[in-house]
Amino acid sequence: MIDALGGRVEQMWEADLDAVVESAVAGADAVIHDDDLQLALFLLYAVHYGSLPGLDADLEWDPVLLTGRARIEAAFEEELRGIVTIPEPPEPVQDEVASWLFRLTAPTGKKGLSHFVARKASVEQLQEFLVLRSIYTLREADPHSWAIPRLTGRAKAALMEIQFDEYGSGDASRIHAAIFAQTLRGVGLSDAYGAYLDQVPAVTLASQNLMSMFGLNRRLRGATVGHLAAFEMTSSIPNRLYGDGFRRAGFDEDVTGYFDEHVEADAVHEQIAGRDLAGALAEDEPELLGDILFGAVACLALDDIAGERMLSAWQGGESALRLPLPAAGGATR
Amino acid sequence: MTMREPASPARITAYPDGPLVVRGDFEIVDEQGVPVETSRRTVALCRCGVSAIKPWCDGTHKITGFHSDR
Repeated sequence: MIDALGGRVEQMWEADLDAVVESAVAGADAVIHDDDLQLALFLLYAVHYGSLPGLDADLEWDPVLLTGRARIEAAFEEELRGIVTIPEPPEPVQDEVASWLFRLTAPTGKKGLSHFVARKASVEQLQEFLVLRSIYTLREADPHSWAIPRLTGRAKAALMEIQFDEYGSGDASRIHAAIFAQTLRGVGLSDAYGAYLDQVPAVTLASQNLMSMFGLNRRLRGATVGHLAAFEMTSSIPNRLYGDGFRRAGFDEDVTGYFDEHVEADAVHEQIAGRDLAGALAEDEPELLGDILFGAVACLALDDIAGERMLSAWQGGESALRLPLPAAGGATR
Repeated sequence: MTMREPASPARITAYPDGPLVVRGDFEIVDEQGVPVETSRRTVALCRCGVSAIKPWCDGTHKITGFHSDR
């Protein structure tokens, strides 16, 4: 697919990439559900991450690509700001911002995706679940790390405290993305980044692109912080249920270790993210409060859309993937 | 350069309606004095009593509606 893109990019340059992007944006009913726009944005970000083979590093600051990226980002951000509803904002005071975020993300008691995974998901559905998660989790923590040099003082120290843990606390084998790679291998899936790019729907790429857009635009550093807070605050409890689902299906610690690790880790991270990161940032840079709240609400909105899509596909007896998995299951061993 | 920083004294922060977060130079031991293993430098200790992974916090206080007095 990347090879094909390489060829297509050259053709598109001749056809004026900017015009192609402009017409794709104008013709999209919903940017978050548009396969072409989300894939394009994903690949444009991949040039910055270096996460996919075949995307030359020299492309990173190509002005034509940057212009196209900005055009898609503008439409994506505008659509998101139109979709979300932000509850009555708190004062830019540490405790109040943390409480607001914890209220926003409070468990609802609704039996959603995590309960389905815990109690009912088949082995095939568990594999699909991992495939859909792999877009973010094989690069876990990276999108938020773009914000590190864009923050100062308390907020920077808090973000580093979380990210240091995400990156294994000095032990490469404990890097969360590496633990997730072990989970993928344990169920017979490939741990190569992007192996299942064609299988995932636009909204899964949109969840990842949201984080990359926030991270790579300094203007949106508040949104990165709010996103991370909401992400961490909705992680511990679902991860216990995900682990339960894989245990029920007979998988051992090699597979469930990732989820168990996150029950413990994210119970720490959510406290730091809510109070020391988001709360402190709002206090220190009150003009960022609105984006902190937007980032949190946007995180939940896209995760809900992606989660409900997955759940309703499975409840209807269908695959949650865009295309079926390759016949061999993509096993690397 | 080494990975280890000079030891800093343990610092325990009570997070509102949440766990006790421990940083610095600490060791957590069980009732027999056996160290409870952890790979992380900052840990959260259960304060509400309902965690399934005690002594660590697992976020369940948010379901039970635990409130701290402060």
